[in-house]
Amino acid sequence: MSHSTSMTEANAPVLRVRDLRVYYETPKGDVLAVDGVDLDLFEGEALGLVGESGCGKSTAAMGILQLVNPPGRIVGGSVELGGRDLLKLSEEEVRQIRWTRLALIPQGAMNSLNPTMRVASQIEDVIVAHEGAQRKEALRLRILELLRRVGLPERVYDLYPHELSGGMKQRVCIAMAIALNPRVIIADESTSALDVVVQRVVAQTIQRVRHDLGMAMIMIGHDMGLMAQMVDRIAVMYAGKVVEVAPVRALFATPRHPYAQLLIDSVPTLRERKPLRSSEGITHDPRNPPPGCIFQLRCPHVMDVCRSAAPQLKRVGPGQWAACHLYAEPAEEGGRHE
Amino acid sequence: MGRYSIGFIAQRLGIFLLTIWIAASVIWLIPRLAPGDPISAMIMRMSSSGGRVENADKIIAGWKERFGLNDPLPVQYVRYMGNLLRFDFGYSLAHFPTPVADIIGLALPWTLGLLLVAVTLAFFIGNFLGAIMVWGKTPGLIRAVIPMFMIFTSIPSILAAIFLIYVFAFLLEWFPLAGSYPLGMKVELSWRFISAVIWHATLPALSVVLVNFGYWTLGMRGMMITVEGEDYIQLARAKGLKPFYVLYRYLVRNAILPQITAFAITLGSLVSGQVLVEYIFGYQGMGNIIFAAITSQDFPVIQGASFMLIVITALAVLIMDLTYPLIDPRISYERN
Ligand SMILES: Nc1ncnc2c1ncn2[C@@H]1O[C@H](COP(=O)(O)OP(=O)(O)OP(=O)(O)O)[C@@H](O)[C@H]1O
Ligand code: SF4
Ligand SMILES: [Mg+2]
Repeated sequence: MSHSTSMTEANAPVLRVRDLRVYYETPKGDVLAVDGVDLDLFEGEALGLVGESGCGKSTAAMGILQLVNPPGRIVGGSVELGGRDLLKLSEEEVRQIRWTRLALIPQGAMNSLNPTMRVASQIEDVIVAHEGAQRKEALRLRILELLRRVGLPERVYDLYPHELSGGMKQRVCIAMAIALNPRVIIADESTSALDVVVQRVVAQTIQRVRHDLGMAMIMIGHDMGLMAQMVDRIAVMYAGKVVEVAPVRALFATPRHPYAQLLIDSVPTLRERKPLRSSEGITHDPRNPPPGCIFQLRCPHVMDVCRSAAPQLKRVGPGQWAACHLYAEPAEEGGRHE
Repeated sequence: MGRYSIGFIAQRLGIFLLTIWIAASVIWLIPRLAPGDPISAMIMRMSSSGGRVENADKIIAGWKERFGLNDPLPVQYVRYMGNLLRFDFGYSLAHFPTPVADIIGLALPWTLGLLLVAVTLAFFIGNFLGAIMVWGKTPGLIRAVIPMFMIFTSIPSILAAIFLIYVFAFLLEWFPLAGSYPLGMKVELSWRFISAVIWHATLPALSVVLVNFGYWTLGMRGMMITVEGEDYIQLARAKGLKPFYVLYRYLVRNAILPQITAFAITLGSLVSGQVLVEYIFGYQGMGNIIFAAITSQDFPVIQGASFMLIVITALAVLIMDLTYPLIDPRISYERN
């Protein structure tokens, strides 16, 4: 597996997310699904985004893509792609950036293709939308090449989505995502939708395509083991916040944030893969998070300061950042843990 | 298209024929379930309303002979079915000896024309409004105004018809009060005649449209909201496709499918609604002849007219059934 070279934080990131907030409006108040997320994605890198179900991974992805649907709304923050803040662009400008620079491999691949359009038309329309009309035959060859690249047979070209298996649909989505050679792809992995074998094959396809084309990628998933094999760095989310970011090895060897520790503990070995424990879930009401640290209700190391002040991401090691008061500068009672 | 199999077509055709056969049998059976027989029942009603009928017994016997009502029931049934196959519904009682088929033949084209125009308009207007109600790019004002038109949906078509006649024909005199074309005008393929027909058909068509479009609007609105939530719409947006393209190729294209099914299902009630409207407008269609036949106890006409309406409805459903796989690729009958 070729871990990309450019992980140096000195480089300007291709994608830079700051303080992204996406809330869902409900009758009982806003659900703070994404509440101040910071992320950097560097050229050619694969960044894993993990966390238990409902922690806001997909919402963050949609926030980055500017595709939050009501009742959700982007409350604030910035999403800089190649130096331009998507939140400040007009709708038409965002439309032109979509897919040419920033593509999506969606979570629900089972249901992500238009049932009334042939596979070829659904790849074709995105090419034509961004590059204008072109010769039929050239388009056809190009689409066939995309299909071949993701390991699909030519006959898929003329098929409708319901004639494909789950894994094939997922590959069509991958082929579609690379059609315009974007710099960044967000892959929202659908652990629940695919069986483990198919999922592994699909993951390999993504990995190969990324290796061939060298785009940067955010991979969202539940499966820590699979992540460990696929990405360069991992960002751990909990209740709408990124609580730790670290290179894969560092995260598995020395997770800093208590939640990250819990997560790594639940992965028996790097080889054996299993989904996150989701039985515990987020314990507080996402509409009304407690003041201070969002993890305080489940944290075994909770301190007084955790109940009043929200911890910020701080550097805790080479390339490793955690948002936890345990790692505060010479502190009153916190001090170093471990 | 290669999506059809002989089995599928045979099956649909079978359902079509079965529908018609059951309908025909019911139409045949109902008068025979009434105490006595149709003829004596009719004469009895005539005598109770219009005083004594001289030689009632003889008349009844004569009629019975003529209509073969003395034969055993199975024989009557088989003969009746055989006649139906040739669209031979016998003779009108009220306008003896005019064949029922002639009466229907004069009325049917008018009903079909009006039905086709009104119901298609209602379907398209309704679905269009439903779609733009949900579409994010529709101006708020339009979205606010559409629901106001929906009040017509909650009133029966007869009331809408009476309301339209009162306002636009009686008060404003923009449209004629009744009829399909001016009395005495020559029926011909001239602009004068055609425009007269359109002019006369406007209010009847409008009352069908007004009462029905809201149904489609609401259904389409619901379907659009459902489809909006589908992952493939999210992906279409992520692809940076033009909003209008997403609207028609992704949203409407999928949302309309259940609407078309619903259209086939409700066709029967659309037809009966229109029959009422035709009657109110004195439109020379099936509605009028059915009502006239009911008031004059003209049983053969009632039978024939009901039968033809059922045949047409079933035929429309059959056509929609057969064309549906062309619209929804998931419905494929190759393996049937
Ligand atoms: N339409 C909505 N209305 C209200 N709350 C919502 C809505 N959609 C999502 N949420 C809430 O937002 C939070 C984040 O959801 P999101 O789908 O982003 O989670 P996720 O991390 O992607 O989960 P999963 O791993 O299961 O895909 C959840 O608590 C969810 O309940
Ligand atoms: S800030 Fe406090 S409560 Fe939060 S994770 Fe750290 S130690 Fe636990
Ligand atoms: Mg998700």
